[in-house]
Amino acid sequence: MRNRTVIPALALLLLICGASAAAAAGSEEEYKTAYAAAEAANKQAATLRNQWTTTASTLAAAKKFADGGDFEKATASAREAEALAKASIFQATSEKERWRDLEIR
Amino acid sequence: MKLRTKVQLSLAAFGLVLLAFAAPSVFAADKVDPVADAKAFKKFFYEKFPKLKPEDFVNGPYSMNEDLYKQWQEKEQFPPYEFALEAGKEMFSKPFKNGKTYGDCFANKGIGVRQDYPTFDEKEGKVITLELALNRCREANGEPPFSYLRDEMASLTAYMAFTSRGKPFDIKIPNDPRALEAYEKGKEYFYTRRGQLNFSCATCHVQSPGERVRTEVLAPALGILNAMPIYRSEWSGMGTTSRRFTTCNSQIRGVPLTPQDDEYRNVEYYLSYVSNGLPISGPGARP
Repeated sequence: MRNRTVIPALALLLLICGASAAAAAGSEEEYKTAYAAAEAANKQAATLRNQWTTTASTLAAAKKFADGGDFEKATASAREAEALAKASIFQATSEKERWRDLEIR
Repeated sequence: MKLRTKVQLSLAAFGLVLLAFAAPSVFAADKVDPVADAKAFKKFFYEKFPKLKPEDFVNGPYSMNEDLYKQWQEKEQFPPYEFALEAGKEMFSKPFKNGKTYGDCFANKGIGVRQDYPTFDEKEGKVITLELALNRCREANGEPPFSYLRDEMASLTAYMAFTSRGKPFDIKIPNDPRALEAYEKGKEYFYTRRGQLNFSCATCHVQSPGERVRTEVLAPALGILNAMPIYRSEWSGMGTTSRRFTTCNSQIRGVPLTPQDDEYRNVEYYLSYVSNGLPISGPGARP
């Protein structure tokens, strides 16, 4: 009876461990993808000479979370960094024409 | 239609398409009018602050606020930039290892020439700021360049500015499309919003001079470089024009460029030119 209970419990535990390990591995993959995307966008902002300090600090935060094994927060930070980098790209692109609106004439 | 004619027509069409794409990137030097720009720039500030005399603008925030003006007058009795001035004078006159001095790199031995910088070097096709000219002078004489952000450069430029005090800015834009392009790019940089705060230089120094950002009273863009370099109480030390530009960028959450990158040289050219006629007041002191 004891064995009957213990074995399924162990199996369940192994399943949970396996699942969470798989989930963690998935999160790490997700993080890596999100970080690479953010880095690429930030590099594009650099070519436009318009990087934001907050993109760099958010990327650093993502890396720190990842180093600590918290891939959920790491992924969230990397995605936020990508959004910031994309906003800086939009700003640089739109300002190519819009700067004239401020000009004293 | 013969094959040859078809080929010729196709090539002509292709050429036209190429021209259409290339046209927007061609710099339209004929549309750049620095004289009209400077006139409009001054008019804007004179109308915004009708009580100020033109020469008052070089005193930055002190001209915008009566209490600050009184504080500044007291401060000028024992100016905080005095140490830098003395250090700069000593450095300027001390020969390099090869026996030459800074004076050998400049017109009039470097005395009373601040108002002519930035200048446009037609050989190089680029803007040369005073800070850049000083470091090039060092390197040409076998000395390592100074940091553009630190005290040595601030001291040297403080001394050179002091020898030009009262002389009106006299920035020249030669009739060279590259000079006009540098000027225009400087103007573009000045008005372009950047950083997460979405500020341009003009946001603070055109739209809001005299207003406060936290505890700071913002200076007008007109005459803003006439007082450089400056002692800033906030920095507890001297700051060069390069330091001012890079700090402005980081304050609006933008990653600063490298000091003396083309963008900074061009914006200094633009800002100095539109202040032509206003006296050099550097070195200055700011809150």
